[in-house]
Amino acid sequence: MAYLQLNAIEKYFGDNRAIKGVNLTIEKGEFIVFVGPSGCGKSTLLRLIAGLEVIDGGNLVLDGRDITHLPSSKRDLAMVFQSYALYPHMTVFDNLSFALKLAGTDPQVLRSKVERAAEILNLTPYLERTPKQLSGGQRQRVAIGRAIVRAPKVFLFDEPLSNLDAALRVQTRVEIARLHRELGATTIYVTHDQVEAMTLADRVVVLRDGNIEQVGTPLELYDRPANRFVAQFIGTPQMNVVPVEELPELAGTVGVHAGSLGLRPEHVAMAEDGQGALPATVELVEALGNETLVYARLASGSQLVCKQNARTRARVGDRVGLRLDAGHVHIFDTAGQACAR
Amino acid sequence: MHTPRKYPAAQVLRALVSWLTGLLVFFPILWTGMTAFKTELQAIATPALLVWTPTLDNFAEVQRRTDYLLYAENSLITSVGSTLIGLLLAAPAAYSMAFFQNARTKDLLVWMLSTKMLPAVGVLVPIYVLYQTFGLLDTRLGLTIIFTLSNLPIMVWMLYSYFKEIPREILEAARMDGAGLYQEFRHVLLPLGVGGLASTALLCLVLSWNEAFWSLNLSAARAGTLASLIASFSSPEGLFWSKLSAASMMAAAPIIVFGWFCQKQLVQGLTFGAVK
Amino acid sequence: MALPATVNDATAGAAHATPPAPGAAARRPASRLLPRLLLAPAVTSLLLWMIVPLAMTIYFSLVRYNLMQPGAHPFIGLRNFEFFVTDGAFVPAVMNTLMLLGSVIAITVVAGIGLALLINDPFPGQAVVRILLISPFFVMPSVNALMWKNMMMHPIYGVLAQLMRAVGLTPIDWLASYPLLAITLMIAWQWLPFACLIFITALQSMDREQLEAARMDGATYLQQVRYLYLPHLARPAAVVIMIEMIFLMSVFAEIFTTTGGGPGYASTNVAFLIFSQALLNFDVGVASAGGLFAVLLANIAAVFLIRMIGKNLES
Repeated sequence: MAYLQLNAIEKYFGDNRAIKGVNLTIEKGEFIVFVGPSGCGKSTLLRLIAGLEVIDGGNLVLDGRDITHLPSSKRDLAMVFQSYALYPHMTVFDNLSFALKLAGTDPQVLRSKVERAAEILNLTPYLERTPKQLSGGQRQRVAIGRAIVRAPKVFLFDEPLSNLDAALRVQTRVEIARLHRELGATTIYVTHDQVEAMTLADRVVVLRDGNIEQVGTPLELYDRPANRFVAQFIGTPQMNVVPVEELPELAGTVGVHAGSLGLRPEHVAMAEDGQGALPATVELVEALGNETLVYARLASGSQLVCKQNARTRARVGDRVGLRLDAGHVHIFDTAGQACAR
Repeated sequence: MHTPRKYPAAQVLRALVSWLTGLLVFFPILWTGMTAFKTELQAIATPALLVWTPTLDNFAEVQRRTDYLLYAENSLITSVGSTLIGLLLAAPAAYSMAFFQNARTKDLLVWMLSTKMLPAVGVLVPIYVLYQTFGLLDTRLGLTIIFTLSNLPIMVWMLYSYFKEIPREILEAARMDGAGLYQEFRHVLLPLGVGGLASTALLCLVLSWNEAFWSLNLSAARAGTLASLIASFSSPEGLFWSKLSAASMMAAAPIIVFGWFCQKQLVQGLTFGAVK
Repeated sequence: MALPATVNDATAGAAHATPPAPGAAARRPASRLLPRLLLAPAVTSLLLWMIVPLAMTIYFSLVRYNLMQPGAHPFIGLRNFEFFVTDGAFVPAVMNTLMLLGSVIAITVVAGIGLALLINDPFPGQAVVRILLISPFFVMPSVNALMWKNMMMHPIYGVLAQLMRAVGLTPIDWLASYPLLAITLMIAWQWLPFACLIFITALQSMDREQLEAARMDGATYLQQVRYLYLPHLARPAAVVIMIEMIFLMSVFAEIFTTTGGGPGYASTNVAFLIFSQALLNFDVGVASAGGLFAVLLANIAAVFLIRMIGKNLES
């Protein structure tokens, strides 16, 4: 039986149905990432699990116990907040030990647990400081430490990296992945950054408008998106999606007559003009060093992005030809749902 | 490059004008304070005496004639009492509104404030009748109740605006850490909100201490406060200039000095967080 | 006590905090009840404080009830209101209330902004000047009144009289000749510090870079005041006006202690008029009618205020 089970969870804000009957099962030890554009309900869903918002419908079962209406304090979950939410008036030690203290843990045990967590997170030298005296990265680690110390049933992360600068973000991401490997704790992680989702998750849950669009491993989502939304949400740069009418040749090859075709930028190759390729005009070239992105517009009006590892001599305004890799085409029906080939 | 500090003429002028204005505004208090240490004859001397030998006789005389200490005790008890009760009522309400905000919260706040706008005279008669019926006239309890009620809206507003500054995520973190309502209050809200609670208490103390309308109309010799004692000197028969000054100073000085120490919190608190 | 018009809103607000969601569990989790439980004591006491006296005032205002004439209290309809409104003191009292309110607010806002701009930049002794400026705010109204009446404005011994004599003028008996002006001055003196300190606080949050940009653009000090400082002070000014209105609607102690409303009705405001009906003429009925009138006046002011608050406390 699943460890954490969401059954038809509903949430209303006034008349606005924010979460529309979400079903999800999570296994013990899994690292689940909720991802989606802002306003999709991912944070709300996390807060419903945390007990910080009242669940208006459905139920929530953790480890065989219905916790739908249990207050947060009794759910045995730990959360790392976007703003870290450290207690500003307590030292790092007190921040880390607060939950244990409330639970009435023996002071000896408490101390050793806090010290172990501090060691794992390199916080030992800072235990007597207050949050104000710490850098952003250190605060972040305290917030994580506060969760680790408790050894809760589930870790909840609410966009924990969004307040860090780029370098620190990558570093912390790696650290979170390491922690999860070492502790093996069930984790739910909310982010709007798909790179975090792809690198951290065992399974990714893509949300839109309070609904789950797709659940799957990162590569499943990348290779077999269930619909146009997921296809375009996962992967940078975005998948090219073009109406069937604009690519009659390719459509003929894969045998589709309506809807649209999707091709990831790495499956679009550039060739000399003519030579049987699709003619297009270069509109923008982004040379990133390790790869080059070329934005080219078809005569029929759509823009395609082409990603290649080789550098290019193409300039804005050049006429080029594009070769589309028919083996990697994604087919979407008129409603945007992916079709089997 | 190092240039010596200069005071341009404009700046000097500005400082001077500032000082003059400050002294001018403070002058009535200063003058009353000076008069309190003069004899009656010195007090009404024309032209006014600027140098004299100070005397403390007036203060002793005020206590002898008016039982100043009893009134001071009444002032202290009613203002501290109403502050404490007010905090007990206002803090939970403010907490509720700040952290469980909904569409009606603002209406509720405005309604509360509107009760404060109602002139007290509008309900003087019924309150008087009620107090008479329940034997609350001229009692400290009666005054404490009325001070509490008339300050309550302001206290709720102030606390609300202070509590709203506390990130709700910190309270949520405490809840996730297993804190129940009491523990959340004791370990997180109280330490973080102590500044706001203190400012609110200070303002309530000042307002109650200075309140004159209700104490004049609902109390007399037993429960009267200093504010009503002073107001009753409107026709100073037998109590002349310097004694009046001494009495005024004895009534007002504690709160003025108190105010000096907490001016910032007090004034900023009164803006309900609308001015940062 | 409060404005009857808003009562329904408030109670309704408590009752329908969260609209029940379709399909929601019938059982109410504790977290929905809790906020109301916490609100209840304050809201209940304020409701009682408002409704009970108000209901009694309405009753009293409709009967003949004079403490000097014992016996039954016959119903006399709106006679009390008629009496109160046609009383010779009524029109002056309303005018005086509005004059007082308007002039004190105007004086304190204008002078407060001026003073705040004056002492905003650091100068030697700034902290002391601030303390001097704020002091009047903590002086209790009755002491304030006595101080001005005897120390400052007394026609013979007062400081103002002595100053006028010193320059060869005839001293003025302020409280007899210009009673309303004198009271306005006292109250403005008391509230100037409040306004001033709020403006100072607001000025400290001025955007430095904005000022520097303006200076780079060649703005003179006056232009900076006009285009940067004043707009920045609009919001604090609204707050000052709001708070002062709340406290000044019912100025009482100053009038009671100095002029007693006179001479004639020259310094009687609505609050004092009702007081004198109730406790000097012993006419509970007329005083109650007057009380209701004051409620009405407050309601009108509240409409303005609530609009203002709505805008200014939006953030």
